[in-house]
Amino acid sequence: MASRNFLKDFPIFHGKPPAYLDNSATTQKPEAVVRAICGYYGGCNANPHRGVYDWSVKATKIYENARASVQKFLNAKLPAEIIFTKNATESLNLVAQSYGAANLKAGDEILITISEHHSNLVPWQIVAKKTGATLNYIYLAQDGNLSDVEIHRKLTKRTKILAVTQISNVLGLINDVKTLAAKAHEVGAVIVVDGAQSVPHIPVDVQELDADFLAFSGHKMLGPMGIGVLYGKKNLLETMPPFLSGGDMIEYVEEQDTTFAELPNKFEAGTQNVGGAAGLSAAIDYLQKIGFDEIARVEKNLTELAIDALKKLPYVELYGCDSERDNKIGIVTFNIKGVHPHDVATILDAEGVAIRAGHHCAQPLTKYLGQTATCRASFYFYNTIEDVGRLVDAVAKVRKVMHLD
Amino acid sequence: MLEEIYTELLAEHSQSAENRRALVNPTLKEHGHNPTCGDDITLELEISDGVIKDAAFTGGGCAISQASTDMMIELMRGKSVAEAKKLAELFIAMIKGEVTDNAELEQLDEAIALKNISNMPARVKCATLAWHTLDTALGKA
Ligand SMILES: Cc1ncc(COP(=O)(O)O)c(C=O)c1O
Ligand SMILES: [Zn+2]
Repeated sequence: MASRNFLKDFPIFHGKPPAYLDNSATTQKPEAVVRAICGYYGGCNANPHRGVYDWSVKATKIYENARASVQKFLNAKLPAEIIFTKNATESLNLVAQSYGAANLKAGDEILITISEHHSNLVPWQIVAKKTGATLNYIYLAQDGNLSDVEIHRKLTKRTKILAVTQISNVLGLINDVKTLAAKAHEVGAVIVVDGAQSVPHIPVDVQELDADFLAFSGHKMLGPMGIGVLYGKKNLLETMPPFLSGGDMIEYVEEQDTTFAELPNKFEAGTQNVGGAAGLSAAIDYLQKIGFDEIARVEKNLTELAIDALKKLPYVELYGCDSERDNKIGIVTFNIKGVHPHDVATILDAEGVAIRAGHHCAQPLTKYLGQTATCRASFYFYNTIEDVGRLVDAVAKVRKVMHLD
Repeated sequence: MLEEIYTELLAEHSQSAENRRALVNPTLKEHGHNPTCGDDITLELEISDGVIKDAAFTGGGCAISQASTDMMIELMRGKSVAEAKKLAELFIAMIKGEVTDNAELEQLDEAIALKNISNMPARVKCATLAWHTLDTALGKA
């Protein structure tokens, strides 16, 4: 079945664009998202929640409708369980600093995996130091998936928080969060899910997963930069102290004391990103029109083509590509023997292929793989077979440009 | 464009093992690091009577950073500390595009081959890492 051509929906791809293969870093925006943002700023921009006049009421409505749209998208029970933030990083910091700092004490353990993005790692290091809790790591099996032995050994009654990424941004492998959540709950821990790479690519149902918290960013799923989400179970969010404080998150303020607003406002201090929420909501509509089955089908096809073609080049080393292909999204991480990833990325750029080189904000994982840096090509549903061809052709030129062959 | 950067000369310098070692009696040792791309070098210098008697480095990184380090070491051996500082400043000015006159840049010897990096903002830090590291080290001399 031939793919629908999505490129025409994206203004940035009109003309002669590069093969954009850095979608794990950020995605491009369809016309519909750009229009939603412009529509808000050009139509009814006003400070929400504060005014009684028409524009302010409309702005509030756009913002709260976006929350309802995220709620349905994640199948959360209540809109109040959806907190808007800047991005996944802020969402994870919120959980670490509010829930973590209030619930951890010396002797407790925080368990994360070696595949975490720095955003789901550094906040836990900080809260561990602050509370005296210990930070432990789950390491990987040979194929790059989480090791069951490690999970059994390290998830214990001392574990109070299990923080895991649903999909690694370096290996693209999908972790079985539903099973991990059940195991965490058995020992009395909460599970914090980093959904930055999963929510854009696979259906995520927070009730089905039984996730306690889940974080993601709008910009990695066609939405604008500057809007992100924290989902949290109501009973947990209710007991947590505020993260940031100031306007909009209060009920009454007296000289010495404040009572805080109800959820979700308690965690949304200050004027919020209404335009961003409008864009995110339009992005969700667009993704749902395409459907996650189609997204998975296109990505799987492109990923298999890329892996199979790169495997034919004897000097290419692939990471996280041995495991079952159904358990993986469109991320292909590799190195070219004898060439540093940064030189690879420069050479590919000259060939019109945009990839990422470096540690991908996952230094402990890169080190665990025995590398100092890697190259990463990451696909989204709008990428094409031609993009894969351009990638493979460009990779095949690299060693020659470097005078190695 | 690419051919002007990834020349045979750059390839040779990036792979050369001659200057990639630890000195027996270093008088200065300086670590330099590019967090974005992971280039990581440790520069060792043996200075006596205000002259760089020997220099070498260990570490790793992209071809541009490694070649640039190697070229710099060859240029600096035998230079006075004052001359070395001037040359490091000149190299950095060349990469920033502030000095373009080839006659003036001749002083940089083979390192003049990296001039075109000034057109590649994403790689400027790779080219200048060693020279900034040297500059920091000589500040302590
Ligand atoms: C797995 C994962 N977690 C968290 C983040 C952080 O996202 P943001 O920078 O949008 O906060 C990223 C982005 O690269 C990611 O890939
Ligand atoms: Zn570099």
